Amino acid sequence: MEGQEEKKDAPEAKRVHTYPLIRHSDMNDEMRTEAMELCVTACEKFVNNNENAAKMIKDTMDKKFGASWHVVVGEGYGFEITHEVKNLLYMFFGGNMAICLWKCS
Amino acid sequence: MATLGLGNTFNLLASSHPARKLSELVALMRMGWCVCAELVGQLMGQRLRLHLFHRVPERQRRMTRTRQEDDATDVGEGTDADDWTQTKTLIKPDDQLDLTEAELKEEFTRILTANNPHAPQNIVRYSFKERQFKQTSSVDQLAVHFALDGNMLHKDSDEARRQRTRLGLPDSVSSEHVVSEGEEKPAAAEGEEGVERGEGAPTESGEGEAVTPVPAEAHGKEKKLTNQFNFSERASQTYNNPYRERGTATEPPPRATFSSNVTQWEIYDAYQEDFEKQEKTKEKKVIPGRRDEKSKKKHAISETSGDDLSRVSSAAKIMERMVNQNTFDDIAQDFKYFEDTSDDYRDQEGTLLPLWKFSFEKAKKLAVTSLCWNPKYRDLFAASYGSYEFMKQGNGLIVFYTLKNPSFPENTYETDSGVMCLDIHPDHPYQVAAGFYDGSVAVFNIVEKKDGPVHRCTAKNGKHTDPVWQVRWQKDDADNNMNFFSISSDGRIVHWTIVKNEMIFQNVIQLSLSEGLADGPDGIKIPTTGSGTAIDFHRQKDYLFLVGTEEGKVHVCSKAYISHFIDTIDSHNMAIYKVAWNCYHPKIFITCSADWTVKIWENSGKTSDISEPTTRKPLFSFDLNNSVGDVAWAPYSSTVFAAATSDGKVYVYDLNANKYEPLCEQMVAQKKKTKLTHIEFNPTYPIIIVGDDSTLADDTNDPECPVPETVGDTPAQSGITQQHTAHLHSEQI
Repeated sequence: MEGQEEKKDAPEAKRVHTYPLIRHSDMNDEMRTEAMELCVTACEKFVNNNENAAKMIKDTMDKKFGASWHVVVGEGYGFEITHEVKNLLYMFFGGNMAICLWKCS
Repeated sequence: MATLGLGNTFNLLASSHPARKLSELVALMRMGWCVCAELVGQLMGQRLRLHLFHRVPERQRRMTRTRQEDDATDVGEGTDADDWTQTKTLIKPDDQLDLTEAELKEEFTRILTANNPHAPQNIVRYSFKERQFKQTSSVDQLAVHFALDGNMLHKDSDEARRQRTRLGLPDSVSSEHVVSEGEEKPAAAEGEEGVERGEGAPTESGEGEAVTPVPAEAHGKEKKLTNQFNFSERASQTYNNPYRERGTATEPPPRATFSSNVTQWEIYDAYQEDFEKQEKTKEKKVIPGRRDEKSKKKHAISETSGDDLSRVSSAAKIMERMVNQNTFDDIAQDFKYFEDTSDDYRDQEGTLLPLWKFSFEKAKKLAVTSLCWNPKYRDLFAASYGSYEFMKQGNGLIVFYTLKNPSFPENTYETDSGVMCLDIHPDHPYQVAAGFYDGSVAVFNIVEKKDGPVHRCTAKNGKHTDPVWQVRWQKDDADNNMNFFSISSDGRIVHWTIVKNEMIFQNVIQLSLSEGLADGPDGIKIPTTGSGTAIDFHRQKDYLFLVGTEEGKVHVCSKAYISHFIDTIDSHNMAIYKVAWNCYHPKIFITCSADWTVKIWENSGKTSDISEPTTRKPLFSFDLNNSVGDVAWAPYSSTVFAAATSDGKVYVYDLNANKYEPLCEQMVAQKKKTKLTHIEFNPTYPIIIVGDDSTLADDTNDPECPVPETVGDTPAQSGITQQHTAHLHSEQI
């Protein structure tokens, strides 16, 4: 439910851009900004440990927006999830990291 | 003050409530007992011994024997009060100082402090610590003036037992008995006193008894110490609300599914795409952006304002129609419900009731040259404006009016040349063909928001060389192209076909005079041309049509033959203004001419010899005493037709009713010199529209504009009860 790492040895992509890039989100602006900043903070804090990053994101989101958040942090994975409407954030960060964050109780 | 011996000693046990005692004492005092209390400190507990004396004045005592009843209430009150005031004497202590008035009034100010004046302030004690005597700084300032220890004893305590033994009570008796015993004593004492006083105060003892029942009742069962004088106990149970359970199920929060796949290349692509987007927006913002945006804004503004106008215009149109409906309400009522009561008395006559007048500012100086009802919208008709005067040619107008708005036209087209004729396509009511004085023909599309015609012929492609007198739409040809015929004074009858974006012309017939070639100057033979003025197509036979000419001849022609007439009738002596097939009878047609006559003919179908046209006779001939500008068959009857003359009159005939006299002869023009030019029946409603032409009018100050008028007509015998005629005439200032 929290962190999943599937590919560690992804080929080193050309790291031109490292800014957070929101691919898909149906959150409202305020929540989205907060969640995005939280993801950035977590990924920067735990650069080498996606599990911890995911855990931090999840715990913080649980505290701020109520329970049952799910976070996936990784470099390569596929997923199909069911989420509560207005509670989904799917973003890239750091040029090689994809973070999927959603709420579903 | 007289005291009556020792009445009773009232021992109060310490265990009884002090407040209650006090209240009892007060009650006793009110009854006339003199109470003397002394505090006896005996043993450990405080015991209050009360000496109760019953005070009875001597005088009273003497009188009680004689007045037994009265003194009961008086004892404690009136007589007592007298005794008290009598005995009120000041008793001074022996050592009281005698002070003068001034000394008495002198004020001594005392300041009260919290210090105990009796407390010693100079206590010195030896301090072993410092090995010397030291004055103690803190002196106890507390002084106790009165101390009252608790007067309650536990019934099992030694003291209580001792008291009981002293009173001779058994140990097992509960405290309440002790208390109640104590309480009973005053009652007993009272009883004794009552006896002592003799039986003279029954009310008093009664009063005492009235007080005692409460404790007497409490004595038996209740353990509570209640106020024996004034006590009642009540209890009630409140209603407890029952509990109920309620449950409901809420809708679960909406959910959605989302799926995606993360790979490094996808992340890379996404970043790349986003980066490019950002670059683009930057570029836009920096260099050409501002101008573009500004121009765009301007565009947007103009567009929106245009939209606003158009939006308003539809509302304004409705508003205008509402206002008109209000203004012309009586006319509208006439139009809808007019019934001439005089019809009942006139068999062979009818009337025309004027209805609306349509006028347009720009058409002031022009004559109505043709009229045409819209085949789809029954309230809409088109009028063309031009001039019949050779010397007064100018611009022209095509105007669309609706009956719903008589004050302003629905649509107008201004043209550079006078419009001499128009026709609305029967199947495509937005297509209007028009012929001009300069010989050209044009097609207008009402739907397109365009000021000019959609098509117009030029000198290069088949333009007439003389004014076009009539245009007529035909059914769409085999290729579904719209096509129409035009007839002009130059003798040509031209078939126009609209193919895509151009008009293709085809000469159908070249009219010529029967003389053939005329002698020109220098002996040159010049081909003579006939001048066509009117044309009408047969309603059933597509190929058959009639052509009226300036020479007064009517040619029966076929589209199949060029330059050959099926038949030629020398019908009039002057120019024919109109030929029209009957709406019902396939062989009957009507002509009108400048020679004051309207004639009805039968097309025999036989191909007669052109050499003998004069032998033909009309079925009917009506002399209207003036040039007949137009004639029209009624759409609802095969025998009814209307004609408009140059002296401003409209004639309506019904051959079924009267073959010789008109049903009605109505002066429509408002001025004598006004000519009526055209007349048309509405296809549905019993109204006629008449156009007029007053180009010869010379009263320049006439404020009137070209004015349409409506007239109601009632041909009694026509089988149609009522017929209105709308009439449109234009006047020149």
